[in-house]
Amino acid sequence: MFKKELVAGSNKSKVKSSAQRAIRAKVLETYPRLEPHIDEILPKKEQLDLVKLPDRVSLYCLASTPLFWQHMDDAIMPHLQVVHKYPWAFSRIRIDRGAIRFVLSGATLMVPGLTSPGGRLPGDDEAGEEYGNDGKELEVGEVVVVDAEGKENACMIGVLKMGTKEMKEKKKGIGIENGHYLGDGLWKLDLR
Amino acid sequence: MADTATQAPTDVRPPKHVVYCGVCTLPPEYCEYGGTTKKCSDWLAATHPSLHRQLYSADAAAASLSTLSVDAQKRAEKDAQKKAAKAEANEVREAEKRASSKIIIKRVERNKRKYVTEIAGLEAFGLDLKKVAKEFGKKFATGSSVTKTASGGEEITVQGDVSDEVVDWLGEHHEEIPEDNIEQVEDKKKKSAPTV
Repeated sequence: MFKKELVAGSNKSKVKSSAQRAIRAKVLETYPRLEPHIDEILPKKEQLDLVKLPDRVSLYCLASTPLFWQHMDDAIMPHLQVVHKYPWAFSRIRIDRGAIRFVLSGATLMVPGLTSPGGRLPGDDEAGEEYGNDGKELEVGEVVVVDAEGKENACMIGVLKMGTKEMKEKKKGIGIENGHYLGDGLWKLDLR
Repeated sequence: MADTATQAPTDVRPPKHVVYCGVCTLPPEYCEYGGTTKKCSDWLAATHPSLHRQLYSADAAAASLSTLSVDAQKRAEKDAQKKAAKAEANEVREAEKRASSKIIIKRVERNKRKYVTEIAGLEAFGLDLKKVAKEFGKKFATGSSVTKTASGGEEITVQGDVSDEVVDWLGEHHEEIPEDNIEQVEDKKKKSAPTV
């Protein structure tokens, strides 16, 4: 979604505290495992800023640190910087090494990147604790963080277009579209 | 309540501290996909030598390549080379542009002995025109705006004759612009096309 470079600039507006509370609640609802850290990420006292981006995207940030973004009324998603700080709080899947360069240049994430050796989906035998998600499959529409084989930090975050169970059965098709990836326009955005 | 209490301790860890590369702003492990790998590697060796050894040691490279098939490896290498070459060509082009482009500061007569200062050529140096225009307005307590020139470029128009002060300001705030690149011109006509 952020393939083009973005310029933020002057349209930073304050968020009303009622709206701030609403955002906090929404974030906790979508990412329950963030709860112990929510005060560090979204302190109650601090003034949250709203930056409007092209394509009806709103970005909520704290001074010059981006926090969460939202396209229209879709799910609210964390900026990758937040994901890097608290990786254990999100559902994760993993792509294999060959897919990394495509993801980092903004391509749509396709299922073979997740089902080929090197990829990890929840419910797999090799998934282990990190990707196992307690054995539960992820559904369509869930926000999921994409890790890369051999790397510590996440490379992308987006909404699942296909449930993980379907992915394992079909092994073809679109996995995640329109996400936020490392090095995209949103990542490079300078908020000062 | 007892269940959540036993689950919580495992999840309350301090935030993970991530180092981001000073060259490409990505975590250092992703630098190889950026097209500036050599510079990234140098930066990392200078600032975080332990990380550098971890990521760029011979075994790390071997391990990363072994999981790809031979074809994929070759393609990955070619792509990496192409990207690096492109990035280099871009940089050379930018450096040339900077060396040759000039900033032209013109003093144009408005009416009744009043002047307007026009500053063209700042984009070549990567300055955000809107921000700079605002600063000028604040600094000189006068009106300032960004306008388009006939040739398609953009220039900053400041009311009043501030040409000398602009030169000083540029020297102070943006020392990377060499003084020879700044030209002051006097214009008798109204809004003529800038000459380079």
